[in-house]
Amino acid sequence: MQASSVEIRKVNKFYGPFHALKDIDLSIPPGKVTCLIGPSGSGKSTLLRCMNFLEEYDSGEVRIDGQLIGYDAPGKRMSGRKLREMRRSIGMVFQQFNLWPHMTAHENVAEGLIRVRGLSKADAMTRAADALAKVGLADKMGNHPSRLSGGQQQRVAIARAIAMEPKLMLFDEPTSALDPELVGEVLNVMKTLASEGMTMVVVTHEMGFAAHVADQVAFLEKGELVDVDTPSGILHHPKDARIQSFLRTYHERNSF
Amino acid sequence: MFSIPVFFESFGPLLWAARYTLLISFLGIGLGLILGALICAARLSPYAILRRFAAVWVSFLRGVPLLVQLLVFYYALPVIGLDVPAFVAAIVTVGICASAYISEIWRGAINALPRGQSEAAIAIGMSPRDVWSRVVLPQAVSLSLPALINELILLVKASSLVSVVGILEITRSSQAQAATTFRPLEVYLAAACIYLMINLCLAALGRYLEHRTTV
Ligand SMILES: Nc1ncnc2c1ncn2[C@@H]1O[C@H](COP(=O)(O)OP(=O)(O)OP(=O)(O)O)[C@@H](O)[C@H]1O
Ligand SMILES: [Mg+2]
Repeated sequence: MQASSVEIRKVNKFYGPFHALKDIDLSIPPGKVTCLIGPSGSGKSTLLRCMNFLEEYDSGEVRIDGQLIGYDAPGKRMSGRKLREMRRSIGMVFQQFNLWPHMTAHENVAEGLIRVRGLSKADAMTRAADALAKVGLADKMGNHPSRLSGGQQQRVAIARAIAMEPKLMLFDEPTSALDPELVGEVLNVMKTLASEGMTMVVVTHEMGFAAHVADQVAFLEKGELVDVDTPSGILHHPKDARIQSFLRTYHERNSF
Repeated sequence: MFSIPVFFESFGPLLWAARYTLLISFLGIGLGLILGALICAARLSPYAILRRFAAVWVSFLRGVPLLVQLLVFYYALPVIGLDVPAFVAAIVTVGICASAYISEIWRGAINALPRGQSEAAIAIGMSPRDVWSRVVLPQAVSLSLPALINELILLVKASSLVSVVGILEITRSSQAQAATTFRPLEVYLAAACIYLMINLCLAALGRYLEHRTTV
């Protein structure tokens, strides 16, 4: 599998006067799993969404395999066609799944193959079936999203992304909307993807996943990237007081 | 005394007159759907001038009673040299009036869709056109169906107003019969039954469509 790298340099993002991302520098190595953690409102989603330009950053650079995304040159917006071309190879999985409710699971996955990759309907349906089999849903292909559990819906959403054969996968809290007993099935699919060498950027509150699967963990707070390190460096030997306090709160909330 | 034979006999002419009621409501809503789509598109467009025009269109048409619109339209057309039959004037007026409400129904349905629906499509690289035709519109249409059927039912009832420009639809026909038979209660009751039957059928159609499109 080809895997992309992402280089983020001096990225700033404003919502009106609010400074949501402050001079972010981060390197996402190819074929590795990077987890973004941090308190609510710290800018994790915003940063992740800058990587496929769902969110426009105001200054700095986000490069996918060296190519600037969203801009041809600093300040000069890229054409829609070129941006779509780049997005083709970037998969995204959302907290709320965002499956299209008027299509079956099978159609949800095939849609992008037909409209974006230009496959014939028959080829798209075959490829979509393969992707669904890969996430363990071969027997649920004909179901509409409303007839699937949350965990199954999220696995369809992952299948929809991987069917496009992306070189980079972005996950925004993929298990946060799930009942606890359904979290495992989604994390397992993600682990398989990671073991196949997919570049993955995962915003998560699952510290266990970050500890066991991530190659690096980045901690954000109030729009600043506080630290990037190995999982154990961030989670077991945090240097910054802000990370220590975040982890303390996390452990208190998750102990009983 | 209530005369049952008169009640039943008045159905014949009233059902015949119902063709105008149905034609005006159905053609009116057809025109309303087309104009409503254009107005809604203008309302959501990036051009301020179009948005302004659409907003004025909607507030003007919603602010003037249909009866007054009918009369204005009917008497204004000859002034500007257009000699159209009353029937055509009625359909056009009903359609224009409905377009104001229908554009708002569609705007509401489109705005009710979660942002994530189109974001998921954009994220895999779909063109804006595909995002609209494959993701937004199919859902907006099924979301708006109950309100559109409701609008059609309102139009069937409001079509009684076109009697003022001389069209012999159900209401005007019943007035005429009441005058000749001297049996207003029987005749109007029959007219009420016909309106009710039409609208019950439409409501059933609405339930069927809603059931078929929601999953
Ligand atoms: N569209 C917007 N308009 C204005 N402010 C926004 C917008 N989107 C996000 N923000 C603000 O930017 C900040 C970062 O938001 P973001 O969604 O990236 O946080 P997050 O780290 O993902 O939080 P969470 O863990 O709750 O998802 C927040 O303070 C939020 O209120
Ligand atoms: Mg978030």
